[in-house]
Amino acid sequence: MTETVMIVGVGGQGTLLASRILGYVMMKKGLDVKISEVHGMSQRGGSVVTYVRYGDKVYSPIADLGTADMIISFERLEAARWLPYLKQGGKIVMNTQKIDPMPVITGVSEYPDDIEDNLRGKGICVTAVDALSLAEAAGTAKAVNTVLLGVCAKQSGFSRDMFYDAIENTVKPKFIEINKKAFDLGYDAG
Amino acid sequence: MRKLMLGNEAIAEGIYESGCKIVSSYPGTPSTEITEYAAKYDEVYTEWAPNEKVAVEVAVGASIGGARAFSAMKHVGLNVAADPLFTSAYTGVNGGLVIAVADDPGMHSSQNEQDSRHYAIAAKIPMLEPADSGECLDMTKKAFELSEKFDTPVLLRLTTRISHSQSIVETGSKIEYVQKPYKKNAEKFVMVPANARSRHAFVEDRMERFAEFSETCEFNFIEDNKKPVGVICSGICYQYAKEALGDSVSYLKLGIINPLPIQLIHDFAAKCEQVYVIEELDPVIETWCRKIGVDVKGKECFTLLGEYSSSMIKEVLTGEKASYCDYDASVPVRPPVLCPGCPHRGMFYVFKKLGLMVNGDIGCYALGIAPPLASIDTTVCMGYSVSGIHGFDMATDKKVKSVAILGDSTFIHSGVTGLINIAYNKGTSTVVILDNSITGMTGHQQNPTTGLTLKGDPTVAVDVESLCRSVGINRVTVVDPYDLEKVEEVLKEETAIDEPSVIIARRPCILLKTAKILPPKVIDPDKCKGCKACLKAGCPCISFKDKKAAIDPTLCVGCELCEKLCKFDAIGGNRQ
Repeated sequence: MTETVMIVGVGGQGTLLASRILGYVMMKKGLDVKISEVHGMSQRGGSVVTYVRYGDKVYSPIADLGTADMIISFERLEAARWLPYLKQGGKIVMNTQKIDPMPVITGVSEYPDDIEDNLRGKGICVTAVDALSLAEAAGTAKAVNTVLLGVCAKQSGFSRDMFYDAIENTVKPKFIEINKKAFDLGYDAG
Repeated sequence: MRKLMLGNEAIAEGIYESGCKIVSSYPGTPSTEITEYAAKYDEVYTEWAPNEKVAVEVAVGASIGGARAFSAMKHVGLNVAADPLFTSAYTGVNGGLVIAVADDPGMHSSQNEQDSRHYAIAAKIPMLEPADSGECLDMTKKAFELSEKFDTPVLLRLTTRISHSQSIVETGSKIEYVQKPYKKNAEKFVMVPANARSRHAFVEDRMERFAEFSETCEFNFIEDNKKPVGVICSGICYQYAKEALGDSVSYLKLGIINPLPIQLIHDFAAKCEQVYVIEELDPVIETWCRKIGVDVKGKECFTLLGEYSSSMIKEVLTGEKASYCDYDASVPVRPPVLCPGCPHRGMFYVFKKLGLMVNGDIGCYALGIAPPLASIDTTVCMGYSVSGIHGFDMATDKKVKSVAILGDSTFIHSGVTGLINIAYNKGTSTVVILDNSITGMTGHQQNPTTGLTLKGDPTVAVDVESLCRSVGINRVTVVDPYDLEKVEEVLKEETAIDEPSVIIARRPCILLKTAKILPPKVIDPDKCKGCKACLKAGCPCISFKDKKAAIDPTLCVGCELCEKLCKFDAIGGNRQ
């Protein structure tokens, strides 16, 4: 069986690193892994998505509608946007941070204000955390990604050690400790 | 070693393991990381060329010199490099020559959706197409061998999902490649008509021999699941099909996509009652199947547009639709935007204010199309802005005030030739070079104006002002794009004058380490009148809440553009 985690957010939020850490963990578990990334134009503040898929044998690097086991959303609105990819019974891990997209800034569209309730109203298990504050507590706002991985690890029943090892092998040496701390804060909040 | 690798990274590993000596490329999504990863190997010389034509010519020269050589580009880059490509098919190689071309179905970061497989057919060059990172490595290595065995350049075709997906790769070790000696061989390398005629005959013969090879090559294989339905596919579509259909159909997976096999396809079709060809973009394999008399279903079931998915394939072949849960309300779109503090933003603000017709180009500044800046009139291809404005200005007799805009890297790529044309042919256009000291959109590559090589070593930098003057532009002005008053003044002056001019708007990309990041700005809610003047900057940091503007301190880099737009002095005081 192939499991799928989608990591969605706004270009520049560090979704790529999160997907690489998670992918590393799954590879070390001896599983087949595929990760699909976004580079280029969409990275500039647009809606971005990476897919991490793992199992005995993975074919497609991207997920289909209604197939993701978990969506880790780095921003509230993005959880709503990518909802159609969640499978029935799938979980959402959501950063409560709100980043207005340009059509909201220019007044063309409105930012929906009840996303969390709306998702829960559909019977979806949503874990909402203020990852930005936790990341800042860990030492840098940039660590939102590892905070959310901590939440994901707790929700999925993965051990901390596997992620420590992955962080040590994917993050630049001077940021390892801060990322481990951020991961722990997320794990404890998850 | 077992490693998770991007497709592009695995190709770089293949370059290294093959003993390739020279890599010359021009950045372009989704191909850029191939050359960046190749640069991490000390044994491989890598460089950014000014454009793809130069890059391929460097690689051809290196091959003639006897080394294994490589060049990577995006699909539209191959248009630029098409000239050397077609004739290198005739000259063939000395050291192995491999050219990677990355298509972008769905146009994640491109201006068109062209299918590079047509180039392989038109230029009569063999083409391989990997379906995951492991194949990226294997096929790169094989491509060098085949290049030498068949005396031909070899094309490696990628798509975004192959280039930008990671999968597990088993890396090997570097071979000790013995460089070929250079021997003068005018019949082979001097393509004057008399020689080219005999080389053309060689090319036709070579493609016949390669076609025979593709019948039995391990990259083309049948997975016979003893099912009535068969699927012919290559690249990422193989993965989508396997995901969607599993063992419920048989597969013919093609790794060599030019020249395509004949007997293998007939043998496969004979095992099945119905054969589908599943290929993104154009019906290349389908057309071939029909030509050799194999009845297949293809584009009557599948679209010519965009990317495919496993759910799309499943629905076509089984009728089974994906079930999913929609969000109850409409979700505002989130298009990409110019970054907070981007030096281009002030320029677009003034272009719009002055109502200029803006000939755009390829780069981050294409994002100036989005509201509220919405100030680009055209985007066609690299360098178009400078050539296009000359035609536009002549057609409109300059009754429409216009500018051409392009970045530093794009100017060197193919803007400078357009500028020579303007000067030489007595044009009067105004060209604005948005010099942010880097190739931005593709993720910060050095270029001939930055003074650094791909590997970060100091080198000579093109003096853009002198270059513009030397081609015959007498009016060259440098402005700081953050200085809105000056920008407006210079633009008014240069677009009014009956002489060609260049305005260089110079400030480093805000994402560069050398850019100054200041503490975020704050809005004094008592002074803010809610006039929304600051929102006209189209900055993602500023939003409008409770009839007042607000700045997101986590995004703001303190660039002061909004401060300059506020008439009520409500924005200021960097937050510490």
